[in-house]
Amino acid sequence: MRVGVVTFPGSLDDGDAARAVRYAGGVPVALWHGEDDARGVDAVILPGGFSYGDYLRCGAIARFAPVMRSVVDRARAGMPVLGICNGFQILCEAHLLPGALIRNDVRTFVCRDQALRVETAATAWTVDYAAGQRIVVPLKSGEGGYVADGATLDRLEGEGRVVVRYVEGNPNGSMRDIAGVASEDGRVVGLMPHPEHAIEPLTGPGTDGLGFFTSVLASVATA
Amino acid sequence: MSVVVEVMPKPEILDPQGQAVLSALHRLGFTEVTSVRQGKRFELTVEGEVDEQTLARLEQAAATLLANPVIEDHRVSGSSAHAEPSA
Repeated sequence: MRVGVVTFPGSLDDGDAARAVRYAGGVPVALWHGEDDARGVDAVILPGGFSYGDYLRCGAIARFAPVMRSVVDRARAGMPVLGICNGFQILCEAHLLPGALIRNDVRTFVCRDQALRVETAATAWTVDYAAGQRIVVPLKSGEGGYVADGATLDRLEGEGRVVVRYVEGNPNGSMRDIAGVASEDGRVVGLMPHPEHAIEPLTGPGTDGLGFFTSVLASVATA
Repeated sequence: MSVVVEVMPKPEILDPQGQAVLSALHRLGFTEVTSVRQGKRFELTVEGEVDEQTLARLEQAAATLLANPVIEDHRVSGSSAHAEPSA
């Protein structure tokens, strides 16, 4: 199974995302932001970093990169897409996910191992977790505050589309402690914390993040 | 000709940058300031006269790229001379 990892100018975690795919048993495929087409991949990851220097707003310019047209079209047709950190910001800007990310309420960049609760196993990227499971993965972002209007938040909660929530303290002012959300069909997921940095004990706080990458292999195999 | 697009965080959206500026103002003794909201101003130069059609097109540009309607309000205004700061 081939998982595309997009590199934008300013992406940082494309290497780790590709490595996580490999650890999970998939084949990572490097996609360049200037490509017109994401053909030949079964899923796509938009990695963390500072695409286009975070100019204008985080993710606002990356959203219009040539490769995104194909990613958006295929996501709407059910291809799994995972946006991590800057990738989450890009998915919100592209309207594949509702809401937006604003500057942390603590006004500082937050970099720490963060406890999360996986709220649903009913997405393409979380089937290998149990709902309610506590995991720890790194969080490193300056603009990670999730915001949306009340009606949108109620809909997300009601439809089981809050994927992960911060526990043991809200690090950035995200509304309702939301760390990640999913699209209506559960195929597109975005989150601020970095599961790709927690896939093996040598380089991360543990292996809690690997499940995102094994999940999508299972999701595509059974789709 | 110039068109100015002003973008502000929506009133209900937290503005940590504005809050940080407010605290700094208070530290400097400007205690009469009770609130700061920080936004962005874009000065666009366009060919020819700025007419209704141009403004309508740039309104679209503002809503598509310059502002994120989820968290920001924006205002597009034409100017016959170079862009003046709004009063």
